[in-house]
Amino acid sequence: MSEESKSPVLRKLLDTFGDAVVSTHSDFGDDTALVRREKVVEVCAFLRDDPDCLFDFAMDLTGVDYLGETPRFEVVYHLYSLEKKHRVRIKVRLHEDDPTIDSAVSVWPGIDWYEREAFDMYGIVFRGHPNLKRILMYEGFVGHPLRKDYPKTKRQPTVGPKD
Amino acid sequence: MSREPAKGAVVPPPAPGSPGPEAHVMVGSADMFVNWSRKSSLWYLLFATACCGIELMQTGASRYDLDRFGAVFRASPRQSDLMIVAGTVTHKMAERLKRLYDQMPDPKFVISMGSCANTGGPFYKDSYCVVKGVDLLVPVDVYVPGCPPRPEALIDGILQLQKIIEKTRNFAKKV
Repeated sequence: MSEESKSPVLRKLLDTFGDAVVSTHSDFGDDTALVRREKVVEVCAFLRDDPDCLFDFAMDLTGVDYLGETPRFEVVYHLYSLEKKHRVRIKVRLHEDDPTIDSAVSVWPGIDWYEREAFDMYGIVFRGHPNLKRILMYEGFVGHPLRKDYPKTKRQPTVGPKD
Repeated sequence: MSREPAKGAVVPPPAPGSPGPEAHVMVGSADMFVNWSRKSSLWYLLFATACCGIELMQTGASRYDLDRFGAVFRASPRQSDLMIVAGTVTHKMAERLKRLYDQMPDPKFVISMGSCANTGGPFYKDSYCVVKGVDLLVPVDVYVPGCPPRPEALIDGILQLQKIIEKTRNFAKKV
């Protein structure tokens, strides 16, 4: 894709952050930017506040496990602007030995539970999250069930009432 | 009495000079009376875990009207006789379900409604979080198959449970 045909949001990201944006594409009309892990909160805050972006709605945050690839994990932010009616995806790759990323709760408070879900299912640790504990699985569950190396036939004991 | 007499009750013919057919006398065993009252007032716990709960609501609503059989929902486990486990039970919910069951007063009954509660259903093989049948947690009296069961099927399950209650011996010596 030529530089000229890039969407305004991706152009703005590249102009503002330069090296922090590893790559961009707009496949199938979906603007996507791969961002360095250290800069993700800065990028998020910029996307929320910049008058041309105004991504005020964090629609979703998911983890992805690319087992066998390096880096193994990926965190995907799906952002939407209620003001401008446009969308963008921000992706961050994380290494298996250090799956930590800065929490974006300070940017969008509503992303709290998505980050807890990604932590629960993939074991991705969000630094600075106010309440990072399991949200779907019960306490006492061992492992992270959506990791591709979690044995799908593994059974864990049902935890009874605590008192 | 405007209601039908209990099954097995002996209704003697009105004595000569009696006030009329409204003053019947019923004779039966103590078991029969206790079971009659129990089976005719099955208050079930208002508790649904998945989509079977929609059919449970429909069964209780006006079209199928479970109140006809004396079964009304009760929002507190401490005042219910029957737990209808309507839907998938996850390991996380298992703790709560067991706790609710323990809070119900005796005598208490359990109907397992739908494939998920019976066996785990579509989650039987490859699920990390679903209990493979609610009978692993609480004793089940009646299993209602279906995914989800139609209201008729659930009503039949309750009628089957009423038959079970009819046969229960509370006072008579067990033989």
